[in-house]
Amino acid sequence: MSEQLEQIAQDLVERATRAGATAADVIVREREEFSAVVRMRQVESLKEAASKALGLRAFVGTRSASAYSQDFSAQALGRLVERTLAMAQATSEDPASGLPEAERLGRYAGDLELFFPDVGRLSTETRLEWARRAEEAALSADPRIQNSEGASFEASSGAKAYANSLGFVGSYASSYCGLSVTPVAMNGGNSGMQRDYWYSVARRSGSLDSPEAVGRKAAERALRKLGARKVSTVRVPVVFDSETSRSLVGHLFEAVRGDSVYRGASFLTDKLGQPVAGENITVIDDALRPGGFGSRPFDDEGIPASTTVVIEKGFLKSYLLNAYTARKLNLNTTGNAARGVAGPPAVGPKNFYIASGCHSLEEILHSVKTGFFVTELIGFGVNVVTGDYSRGASGMWIENGELTFPVEEVTIAGSLPEMLRHISMVGSDLEFRSPLAAPPLLIEGLTVAGT
Amino acid sequence: MPQADQFFRETYSITPGDLEKYLAAALSEGGDYADLYFEHTTASSIAVDESLVKSATEGITVGCGVRVLAGEQTGYAYTDDLEPAKISKVARIAARIASGPARVSTAGLSTVEAAHNVYPVALPPTGRDLTEKLTLTRRADLAARAYDKRIQQVRVGYADQVRHVLIAGSDGRSVTDFQPLVRMSVFAIARQNGNAQSGSYGGGGRVGLEFFQGENAPEAYAREAARQAVGQLDAREAPAGEMEVVLAPGWPGILLHEAIGHGLEADFNRKGISAFSGRIGQRVASDLCTVVDDGTVPSRRGSLNVDDEGAPTHKTVLIENGILCGYIQDKLSAGVMKTSLTGNGRRESYEHIPMPRMTNTYMLAGRDDPQEIIRSVKRGLYAVYFGGGQVDITSGKFVFSASEAYLIENGKITAPVKGATLIGDGPTVLTRVTAVGNDLGLDPGIGTCGKDGQSVPVGVGIPTIKVSHLTVGGTAPRAASSFT
Repeated sequence: MSEQLEQIAQDLVERATRAGATAADVIVREREEFSAVVRMRQVESLKEAASKALGLRAFVGTRSASAYSQDFSAQALGRLVERTLAMAQATSEDPASGLPEAERLGRYAGDLELFFPDVGRLSTETRLEWARRAEEAALSADPRIQNSEGASFEASSGAKAYANSLGFVGSYASSYCGLSVTPVAMNGGNSGMQRDYWYSVARRSGSLDSPEAVGRKAAERALRKLGARKVSTVRVPVVFDSETSRSLVGHLFEAVRGDSVYRGASFLTDKLGQPVAGENITVIDDALRPGGFGSRPFDDEGIPASTTVVIEKGFLKSYLLNAYTARKLNLNTTGNAARGVAGPPAVGPKNFYIASGCHSLEEILHSVKTGFFVTELIGFGVNVVTGDYSRGASGMWIENGELTFPVEEVTIAGSLPEMLRHISMVGSDLEFRSPLAAPPLLIEGLTVAGT
Repeated sequence: MPQADQFFRETYSITPGDLEKYLAAALSEGGDYADLYFEHTTASSIAVDESLVKSATEGITVGCGVRVLAGEQTGYAYTDDLEPAKISKVARIAARIASGPARVSTAGLSTVEAAHNVYPVALPPTGRDLTEKLTLTRRADLAARAYDKRIQQVRVGYADQVRHVLIAGSDGRSVTDFQPLVRMSVFAIARQNGNAQSGSYGGGGRVGLEFFQGENAPEAYAREAARQAVGQLDAREAPAGEMEVVLAPGWPGILLHEAIGHGLEADFNRKGISAFSGRIGQRVASDLCTVVDDGTVPSRRGSLNVDDEGAPTHKTVLIENGILCGYIQDKLSAGVMKTSLTGNGRRESYEHIPMPRMTNTYMLAGRDDPQEIIRSVKRGLYAVYFGGGQVDITSGKFVFSASEAYLIENGKITAPVKGATLIGDGPTVLTRVTAVGNDLGLDPGIGTCGKDGQSVPVGVGIPTIKVSHLTVGGTAPRAASSFT
């Protein structure tokens, strides 16, 4: 199937250049998706579909424009080329625009273990059964779990092809499946309900955690929130579990992406080569991790997969760049072009993570006299321009190294530059459940606001 | 302007007979109800950065989603190819949710006229020449840079779309709509002595390009974004802890969207997993508060003539004088709860299953003088502009993040403070509303709400209100110390 997509991509590039584009590139994707939701032991929904789309970017000198379509007919593609070229006449001359340098193009030749056909072959009954078992494990874990938002099994497989007018063409297939469950815990009466979730994701169905393990963990997480309360406003050390520390890595990614940096819209602008974190912090962006959710043989501009050290022992070593942002900063692309079918390439993470340290989560918690263990964060109170950080949080209070009672309706606030410098312990447990990953972290000096 | 029904008929030769055939395929395994959602969306966007038009993008999205309801179960499938054989195929896939004898779909589909047209746009934005849109974005860029020499970086975004929909149900109703939507936004960074601060503003609605004048002129958006960025250069640490909070009119209505609106969506309530479940008739706000969800406000971003299940939109009272009186319904939940539709069944696109969603959610004006409300506060926070929010439906805890806020000291607005998240409890926060201004304002029209992976355009609104205590998530450890 990928060869067919490659052909479509190449043909459209050729059509665009014949029509007057001085350069062009095309991305084509197709995908099959399936989801099954079970709630309170009944099937709630089944969804199934196949879709396809393509995006063309055309250059006329240093001007460019892009367009997308789901209709691959010759007539539709003819109109697409015409419209894209007409738009390109109206945009600005931009000397930094253009495809990557031809000599940089290529693909990683090895197997990154991104595609497994078993994901697409599971029967509807099997998929429903997995969701049912996960929910059942949560519902039967404790009498206080009597309700559920449901359990879902999702699967998708697809392929993506990319071609450009410098002669690059390539494609690859990938698969994904995920199992999640969201039980609701209750302490009698209608007051004080709590919900939480757990999930497992993989490139092949055989690598998923057992539905029972997912369900039991979800139940534990919901149960431990029962009776949660606010605490008084105080400045204390905060322990982030690996789910919440992953969100911090997400903010760090926003701060090192080339488009934030060249615009001066990041607190890490002009900090290359400088210490920005403690020497216990190393941050890597790796496209080569087998089965990784951010792994791919080449990026969305045809740059081969690579590994980039972003922060090494506290020193900022590299930003993350596509061809455009690299030119703006007089650097080389790091192969981080990421692109949907609509619009020009942006900058996206490969597998972007904080390297693990040597402390178990228990050790980290035990080291804290009074503090806050954050297991969930909500809201958008993060400003990458200034580094100001303020988010809604819930979790457990720590006294003398032990988890004591659940906490909710508080915020944690600080500044990202300060937080990076005050990570006093890095956990050993690092799991890759998305293109972003981080081990548990202990950060000093955050303000917890409550009563 | 062609009517949408003629659009699908003319462009894809889809006849009422075809629709009946697809509905019959959808009900071939039984089921209680089936519907078809045909969508054709033309969209374009422009990005200006460093005073250059760096990107212009355009595209068309076409498809059909088929849904089958069997009790509380939903079968869903979609196709991006409107060939009859493809639609019949996905209808049969959606049908698999049911297991029973085929149901006879209604004989004779009748076209229902939408009850109202709340966005009569003579010239849809997608049809306008690209250069007109470029001119708007360039004007915003120039105005932001001209505002103050400390403005060093400006980005302008423009996006429009026009969506034709045709929704046909096995209850015999077939309805069409034509839905324009446009927005423009400005992001500015001010810099002084190594300190960088940002501001953003924008607006839009279900309107044509003629909307962007007067208070909606590109220059007005630009000045507002620049004003915020420059103002933040002097911001001090935000206070931390519980305090009196005054919300300005307009955007701060996001409080209602997070604290009240999501929790009243009927799917969560039907399942008993919302903090508001089973609380109809109970007091959830002070008697000063009346909150509505209104999909019929003319030309607003959150408005619709019919929802994405074909039901006419309404003005639904959610809270009347403090008493909870209504949920936000879609077809499935209203059927299970045996209550009437509210016109809130919405979906992101033909790829998505509809669910109860808000439209424009706002609090009605009260009687208090806004200046008097501020004067009544000895020590507190005045929050003017918000970035976004989120809620945990089950615990009821919600946040919304102020990007522009000031201290109130002895009845006067004083120093600007850094952005901070405010956190509260949905079912109780409005019981602490001790004043409601006479100055209801709606947001400028750039809001998008996400739920279960689906984004839909929404609006919010609120008059100036005072909340007697709300937790402010700043960094200044003792709130009182900020006021000395």
